[in-house]
Amino acid sequence: MATRHSQGIARLAVAPAVIVLFLWMIVPLVMTIYFSFLRYNLLNPDMDGWAGFSNFYYFITDESFPGAVFNTLALVATVIVASVAGGLGLALLLDQPFWGRGIVRLLVISPFFIMPTVSALVWKNLLMNPIYGLFAFLQQLVGITPLDWFAKVPLLSVAIIASWQWLPFSALIILTALQSLDEEQKDASAMDGARALSYFRYIVLPHLARPITVVILIETIFLLNIFAEIYVTSVGGLAGNLTYLVYFQGLLNFDIGEASAGGLIAVVLANLVSIFLVRIIGRNLEI
Amino acid sequence: MARQTSPQRKLIVTLIAWTIGILMFWPILWTILTSFKTEQDAVLMPQLFSTGWTFENFGIVQERSDYLRFAMNSIILAFGSTLLGLVFAIPAAWSMAFSPSKRTKDTLLWMLSTKMMPPVGALLPIYLIFKDYHWIDQHIPVLVIMFMLNLPLVIWMLFTYFKEIPVDILEASRMDGAGVWQELTRVLAPMALPGIASTFLLNVILAWNEAFWTLKLTDVHAAPLTVFIASYSSPEGLFWAKLSAASTMAIAPILILGWFSQKQLVRGLTFGAVK
Repeated sequence: MATRHSQGIARLAVAPAVIVLFLWMIVPLVMTIYFSFLRYNLLNPDMDGWAGFSNFYYFITDESFPGAVFNTLALVATVIVASVAGGLGLALLLDQPFWGRGIVRLLVISPFFIMPTVSALVWKNLLMNPIYGLFAFLQQLVGITPLDWFAKVPLLSVAIIASWQWLPFSALIILTALQSLDEEQKDASAMDGARALSYFRYIVLPHLARPITVVILIETIFLLNIFAEIYVTSVGGLAGNLTYLVYFQGLLNFDIGEASAGGLIAVVLANLVSIFLVRIIGRNLEI
Repeated sequence: MARQTSPQRKLIVTLIAWTIGILMFWPILWTILTSFKTEQDAVLMPQLFSTGWTFENFGIVQERSDYLRFAMNSIILAFGSTLLGLVFAIPAAWSMAFSPSKRTKDTLLWMLSTKMMPPVGALLPIYLIFKDYHWIDQHIPVLVIMFMLNLPLVIWMLFTYFKEIPVDILEASRMDGAGVWQELTRVLAPMALPGIASTFLLNVILAWNEAFWTLKLTDVHAAPLTVFIASYSSPEGLFWAKLSAASTMAIAPILILGWFSQKQLVRGLTFGAVK
């Protein structure tokens, strides 16, 4: 039968991708779980045997752990609030008719395409340097003592950089959703203030609920794993997140067991978020 | 009915939008401007433009850190991993879009969930395997990691594009006696090419900017531009013009590609949940 034949080919066509992704997901994860129960330190080859839950215990009771958890959550929360609020404002603005819309759109979206290491170093040096930076110059101009951003408020500095990188993403997605409100409904934007406000409250905001949820979930997944910005600005000791702490324990302290335990904690944390995201995406997926 | 907008309102919106657009773009513009200054001019703050334009920073960066080698590595890793991704993803997305089974939805969602695994969950095993096999700083192994990293996204993007191809046409071609191969090359390929091109573009951009695995698994030989820039992280005397020149060279190619791909960005990164 032709259909059974093509069904067979269809399964054969998916198989390589499924196998690759299965290996990519399962092999490292199983190894990480295995390592997390071992006494395993690259600097100390004599150390071996099972560790029980002590790696988890040491990772959690490490003096940097509470700070890393706080930094992780604070970074995610700050950047999401800033990028969603800013993105909503930007999207509403870009949805209006004005001259040069295409060019402004390109300007606004650009930060998203900048590699994290460049964003971090450009902001740290050219903008946030306390002596020669552009911000220091502006602060002096209005008579404020320039702030030493990365020494005084390292976490906020990283959050500002990440917000700049993610603002275009949320703006673009909210804008896309706005533009899919049909043209007739948009005529309402020419209405008087009070009616426009209730239009926004009862028509626009409900329509944006789903795209904003998707933005929040996707950004959370990426922001939980922020690394390059912390790494190249050398604020890991002050503003390191869980990702940084795992890197630090594993590749700088060479404590593979403890770092693996930390990695698993990060996996659990990320999964709490991705369950919701996968569910929302699944609801909109028509096969 | 066309939208009624008063000219005054349009003018005000134009001014606000341009101001915000330029502010958002400012760090990039400032970097590009600084890359043409001398090191002395670069730290003179109120100065927007250089007193004398100079191209010497670009030459110094090339000489000092061998920009071209890193750029070449970025091209190899970003394009290579994406091409390899397409080889695996096109058949998979094609079959899931046109011959779905009852497990297709679960398969797609499962693929997506692999993209959400935090990299630190895999960092230590991968790093140790790379160390044992002397794969660190080797092109092919790093390329394979980046391929697996982006494979779910490539499949998803292709899937959403393929879904939009009308199935009736395929059925008509089957009735005319077209085999699977003809169906693929004569009917599907011409309609699928735009989607494949967009998928390719967006994934090259993402791979170009990938800065977790590249920072951990490469050093010099196979290191892409993300690592090249990281070598400018410790300040050394006056180095801003050089940092700016290096940054400009690292971002320019991909920024321009990004401008072309911005329309695909939304569907690509929201997995079809926002259209």
